[in-house]
Amino acid sequence: MEKSLSWREFIITRLIQSSGYSAILFVALIFFFLLREGLPTLSEVDASSLLNFRWYPIESYFGILPLLSGSLIVTLGAALIAVPFGIGTAVYISEIAPRWMREILKPLVELLGGLPSVVLGFLGILVLSPFLRVFLDLPTGLTAFTGSLLLGGIAVPTVVSVAEDALDSVPRAYREGAWALGATKWQTIWRVTLPAAKSGVLTAIMLGVGRAIGETMTVMMVTGNAPVLATGLGSLFSPVRTMTATIAAEMGEVANGSTHYHVLFFIGMVLFIISLIVNVIASSVVFRAKKRAERILS
Amino acid sequence: MMTKFLSRNRHTVQRLGFVAITLVAVATVLPIIGTVIYILVKGGSAISLEFLSGFPHDGMRAGGILPAIIGTLYLTIGTAIFSVPLGIAAAIYLSEYAKDNQVTRLIRLAIINLAGIPSVVYGLFGLGLFVLFLQFGTSILAASLTLSIMTLPVIISTSEEALRAVPQSFRTVSISLGATRWQTISRIIIKEALPGILTGVILGLERAAGETAPILFTGAAFFLPRLPHSVFDATMALPYHLFVISTQVPEMPIQIQYGTALVLLVFVLTMNVIATVIRSRARARRQW
Repeated sequence: MEKSLSWREFIITRLIQSSGYSAILFVALIFFFLLREGLPTLSEVDASSLLNFRWYPIESYFGILPLLSGSLIVTLGAALIAVPFGIGTAVYISEIAPRWMREILKPLVELLGGLPSVVLGFLGILVLSPFLRVFLDLPTGLTAFTGSLLLGGIAVPTVVSVAEDALDSVPRAYREGAWALGATKWQTIWRVTLPAAKSGVLTAIMLGVGRAIGETMTVMMVTGNAPVLATGLGSLFSPVRTMTATIAAEMGEVANGSTHYHVLFFIGMVLFIISLIVNVIASSVVFRAKKRAERILS
Repeated sequence: MMTKFLSRNRHTVQRLGFVAITLVAVATVLPIIGTVIYILVKGGSAISLEFLSGFPHDGMRAGGILPAIIGTLYLTIGTAIFSVPLGIAAAIYLSEYAKDNQVTRLIRLAIINLAGIPSVVYGLFGLGLFVLFLQFGTSILAASLTLSIMTLPVIISTSEEALRAVPQSFRTVSISLGATRWQTISRIIIKEALPGILTGVILGLERAAGETAPILFTGAAFFLPRLPHSVFDATMALPYHLFVISTQVPEMPIQIQYGTALVLLVFVLTMNVIATVIRSRARARRQW
């Protein structure tokens, strides 16, 4: 009896441990399969044509610059929307709103995070883009800007929840100290609480941007899908095509193992590396902040 | 500086500032409510028994969306089968067993990265590993496995938080009464953390149910006029169906589009509301 119990305990412990380690395995597997299917690109397409500004796979033009610039411009626009609204909402929820308001707002913002991106894209096609076409007097409503507006909305919940966490974890004594010195609540927010939560707020912005860069369905549905090199802010109001949308739109039609197939995996690899960099930096900011907090407390 | 800091205007500034921030918060939340209400109103008239329980016909321009509803249900259940046990076990490892060392830090970094990988990259990975390498084909199995790995970080991080919230004294008392570590975890800790874990699981599955990009090349069928027979069949799914009928099918009746969006929204929101209710109830009832 005793022995079987300890054997069971041993096996369960090992099972649980390997589940914990599985996260590392999955990241490695994802990277491996992206490399395996994406790296042949480098021998099939030479670097100069890969770094070209013409994406026209049917005639073997695999320049990924228009896609890269498309992703960047849509994401930039999304960040310009998500950062002020996200941080503002986080400040409101954490510092200003009465308790009952907080209890309503937090689930609502979470709900936005749960809205399927395809539903937002659907409304983007039917409601937002016709409105923008008329309102901004554009030839088409399916532009980078339309994508940015919706992506901004998709990034907001990430920004709000991480930034709100960061503001929440600023010790109350900081605020009380500022109030005692005669600062108003408003001054305290800008000069004490937000600076104290700076690293968490930065993380929030980075994770929000990461979320926007990786979003697929919404941008594929509303940005018009024209692989044209974005040359400036003016491109915000013309159709573009992002890296994610290109993969989603074209992968279904390519032959497995063809050059086009490998290039699409190569783009996936680029996206993976971008998200890896964003997340490693964001999490190292968090870790450093934690250490500083521990130092202050000790 | 000092005069500005103490100027008499500062209360006016505060009042204006508060109004501005409140407006920002309202401007963030109103479109959310607006979106939900708009779809409820526009899609409501499309909902009928025939729409919910019938098969699509006339090139999907008429009939119901039953195969898509059932398909999304299958995919959600399939995702749960793989990701729930694995995710909770990983959370137990991180909260109850893991020491604070390099490996644990690497695991946490891996989880953060899993959470950040774009959904379409999960689709590529699923295509490479499950569909082609393991030869599952475009199937419910391949799509569920792909969605599971995508859902994992949500389940792990929320479950770990719930497990960690259980006071240390519960563990100390149980161990001192002679229980083993696993007995303590399985009979005390998990029970106490259950509402939190459940919330995390539902929020993770909610995300899986609404995703399109990961299933595009791993298991979603453009049109399938019957229900899938096995886990090796492809399936229709609500999010992909909405994408198809709103972009790929010309002269698609607007009614059916809004109706499909409504069904998907209700599917996802129901899970969201359940999760929120479980969490707030548990908070209210918690004794510690």
